[in-house]
Amino acid sequence: MSDPAPTAPPPTVSLARLFWVFFVMGATSLGGGVVGYLRTGLVVRNRWVDDVTFVELLSISQTLPGLNATNMSILVGDRLRGGWGTIVATLGMCLPGATLMIGAAYAYGIGGDDPWSKAFLHGIAAGALGLIVVVMVQLGAKVLKSLADYLFVLATAAAVAGFGVQVPYALIVAGIVAIWWHRPRDRTPK
Amino acid sequence: MKQLGDLAGVFAYLSLLTVGGGMAAFPELKTLTVDVHHWVTFPQLLHYYSLGQLAPGPNMMMVASIGTVVAGLPGAAVALVAFFLPTGVLTWGIGRLWTHMQTWRWRPAIQTGLGSVSVGLVLAGAVIMAKGAVVDALHAAIAAVVFLLLLKTKVNPAYPIVASGVIGILAYWLAGIG
Repeated sequence: MSDPAPTAPPPTVSLARLFWVFFVMGATSLGGGVVGYLRTGLVVRNRWVDDVTFVELLSISQTLPGLNATNMSILVGDRLRGGWGTIVATLGMCLPGATLMIGAAYAYGIGGDDPWSKAFLHGIAAGALGLIVVVMVQLGAKVLKSLADYLFVLATAAAVAGFGVQVPYALIVAGIVAIWWHRPRDRTPK
Repeated sequence: MKQLGDLAGVFAYLSLLTVGGGMAAFPELKTLTVDVHHWVTFPQLLHYYSLGQLAPGPNMMMVASIGTVVAGLPGAAVALVAFFLPTGVLTWGIGRLWTHMQTWRWRPAIQTGLGSVSVGLVLAGAVIMAKGAVVDALHAAIAAVVFLLLLKTKVNPAYPIVASGVIGILAYWLAGIG
């Protein structure tokens, strides 16, 4: 599976190969943790990007809205093959999961009200909640550095979940306050 | 046609809220799909969301399920395009500008500031999700055990989540808890 491609950026990759590699990652990255699969596929196996670039692209993906998996597909696809690369990589990444979830909707329509299905689905909902909280704790460990950061977290969560503030307002107000709090101030402005 | 338009509007809007991951959009996802448009019930939304965590690829492919429920395959296509196109174009554009922004003094401030706000949004999503998912002590225990297991080990999350479903079935079979 591994092409003897040189490590020099950016390697020449056909659109078909780009689609296939992202399709395989989109089909095999079970149970979330897509970032790990992306690194294996892009950095280790195909050497399409090096580790420094990967971390850089990941930090863009995490800062901007959108999911990490699709944002990474867009950025890597663009880097390797421009606009078409973006489209092909994103389609490959999304197609397997989308097909499965469309199938799940039809299956749910047929058997979703069955008490056995419901018992199963209530069970996985509880399990998924455990996963969400872990993802949150791991994300928090990376970005929360001071007491103020924790206050921003609690204020945002309380506003949305406690007082029913709409997410965009919370995002804009808390975002501006938090960015201003971390504003650059060690040097005089240019 | 009206429903396809509604789907496009709802999911394009939701996509812009996914700062820090899909869970950040969960509070608005619940409001719009359950309370405003009545496309699914809250338990159904939780079920689709949880199935979506099990599916490979990006963890919000459940938007395709909601689209299918509302308007079949065209609904799924509209929901997917609406959910991925706006942020996709934004990421694509900013990705090209980013190299020029590497030395921009405000960049670390934006990354750190938005980081804490996005953790807050994920927390809000988790609280709202918990209100529906933690229906009794058993399900609270399942969530707690999965949390600890995933925090302490490197096990693939798909296994404990499927196991949670099996425990749900066993509890229903043995004790009628569902």
